[in-house]
Amino acid sequence: MATLQTRSAARLMMSPAVLLLFAWMIVPLAMTLYFSFLRYNLLMPGMEEWAGTLNYHYFLTDPAFGTALLNTLLLVGGVLLITLAGGTLLALLLDQPFFGQGIVRLLVIAPFFVMPTVSALVWKNMLMHPVYGIFAWIARSLGLQPVDWLNNLPLFSVTMIVAWQWLPFATLILLTALQSLDEEQKEAAEMDGAGPISRFVYIVLPHLARAMTVVVLIETIFLLSVFAEILVTTNGGPGNESTNITYLVYAQALLQFDVGGASAGGIVAVILANLVAIFLIRLIGKNLEA
Amino acid sequence: MGSITLEKVSKSFGTTKVIPQIDLDIADGEFVVFVGPSGCGKSTLLRIIAGLEDATDGTIRIDGADATREAPAKRGLSMVFQSYALYPHMSVYGNIAFPLKMAGEAKATIDDKVRGAAKVLNLTDYLDRKPRQLSGGQRQRVAIGRAIVRQPKAFLFDEPLSNLDAALRVNMRLEISELHHQLKTTMIYVTHDQVEAMTMADKIVVLNAGRIEQVGSPLELYRNPKNLFVAGFIGSPKMNLISGAAAAKENAATIGVRPEHIGLSKTEGPWQGKVTVVEHLGADTFVHADVDGVGPVTARAPGEFPVKHGEQVFLTPEAGKIYRFGDNGAAL
Ligand SMILES: Nc1ncnc2c1ncn2[C@@H]1O[C@H](COP(=O)(O)OP(=O)(O)OP(=O)(O)O)[C@@H](O)[C@H]1O
Ligand SMILES: [Mg+2]
Repeated sequence: MATLQTRSAARLMMSPAVLLLFAWMIVPLAMTLYFSFLRYNLLMPGMEEWAGTLNYHYFLTDPAFGTALLNTLLLVGGVLLITLAGGTLLALLLDQPFFGQGIVRLLVIAPFFVMPTVSALVWKNMLMHPVYGIFAWIARSLGLQPVDWLNNLPLFSVTMIVAWQWLPFATLILLTALQSLDEEQKEAAEMDGAGPISRFVYIVLPHLARAMTVVVLIETIFLLSVFAEILVTTNGGPGNESTNITYLVYAQALLQFDVGGASAGGIVAVILANLVAIFLIRLIGKNLEA
Repeated sequence: MGSITLEKVSKSFGTTKVIPQIDLDIADGEFVVFVGPSGCGKSTLLRIIAGLEDATDGTIRIDGADATREAPAKRGLSMVFQSYALYPHMSVYGNIAFPLKMAGEAKATIDDKVRGAAKVLNLTDYLDRKPRQLSGGQRQRVAIGRAIVRQPKAFLFDEPLSNLDAALRVNMRLEISELHHQLKTTMIYVTHDQVEAMTMADKIVVLNAGRIEQVGSPLELYRNPKNLFVAGFIGSPKMNLISGAAAAKENAATIGVRPEHIGLSKTEGPWQGKVTVVEHLGADTFVHADVDGVGPVTARAPGEFPVKHGEQVFLTPEAGKIYRFGDNGAAL
């Protein structure tokens, strides 16, 4: 788009799509914002009235909010940690030539295609169940007391389930990055006397930095709004132990029918997501520059 | 010290034999050039010496000691790759310092050596830059800098100049030759450019399909090519190879005459032909002519020689400068 004319033509052509997308975003946002300032409860329809910042006050001072915020951060951080470390390891393994490479790669990617609700159910009933679960069976075979994962370690369990789903994504991105590493660079390092660990630290890891940044940014966006896995497995409990912000908003709106409070929670979640995004871009965004 | 000996080295990839068998002696301090057409196994041979590729069979000795199973880093050789293979996220300083850091040298020693190498290679002003902020020639110098700081027993170069433009290539060629005089370290240099081979080498190894065709100094190869392949490969423009009646007269299957050994005249000479192309280079004139009963012949006249396309010329091959080859291609 070199000339002035092509540029204005491009703007004209793009404007319908941009306007549609803008409306798509701004209408729900504006409505949520509007509702968040109303006293609006579905149990008392027709009684809506202006509430000022009261909804925000209640949402933010709710003791559940602090727990939910912490849980959200722990969940995102935990999943990121597991998927990055696990993804790097798996990518390194899958990058080696071995028999049946194609099949194994396909298998590794498979969890990504399983619906969150389904995978959560599988984990809940087949793996983590204290009576029928495979983990319990393993524990009993070893003569140990089975762990009731979802009741005793709810947040950890949810983190494991979500990490299992996102591991393929991280592996895939890191594997492609790994494959784009110049073979001669590795050989040069080998001739320079770098052993396997030094090669990983000084050559491979810096090369992966950009891909890791992409993984962190994309996963964070999705992980801030994890919901299905919690709903299906723990319902946010016991107590609030596995409630994140998204689940708290849901509980507010559809369990307490408080649309105003839920909207305020939604706006808080949006602001929180933006804060995290800004923080991340500041922290690791420079990796994305060419 | 840095003498390298290959004994009966062979290499196969799966079932394809890339190098059938090679014996070669490289003396300490020699500048050896491997030259040959594309795909003849030059890189493979170099990588076998470096240890990046295992020899299928045979022994590699470095300074007399068997290094066949030694890891690349242990062999004490350093390599400059065709793609330079600089570490993109490290500065020039970091790149040059890397081998020293891996060897666990003290910070002060590293600093001394890196700055010393940078000075030799005119890189002092660029030490803080990243490789992508450098020109091709500068990258090349960084790659060389990374190779020299380790003070290796020998340098291995794999077509290091092929990514540079013609002028820079000539420049870097001189710089590498100069470096060799300065360091007096063994160098093995791979190229498919016979001019590079002729100008830089103490010893040229001509390879063809994984076999050594001839080993010798540039002038030895120029004067006494052992066979048709070497005769055609060394020298520019190529030697005229003529078979048929003209060759039979000399009792050979093929005769060869270098373009510079053919006299040109517009009036008389044993071979008469029609000019097809003339290349005026200023210092020389290359005349390509279609000679009756002989075929296409290239002649090189010093200075300017005023002929045009389509004109008649007479060619006189210098007596005593005619190479004769038998049926199997070997020199007679
Ligand atoms: N990893 C490999 N697997 C199978 N064949 C290979 C492999 N590497 C090289 N070869 C083959 O070995 C032969 C020699 O390759 P090599 O790279 O040594 O050629 P070269 O002389 O360096 O050519 P060039 O001048 O084009 O770089 C080629 O025919 C090539 O196809
Ligand atoms: Mg090569």
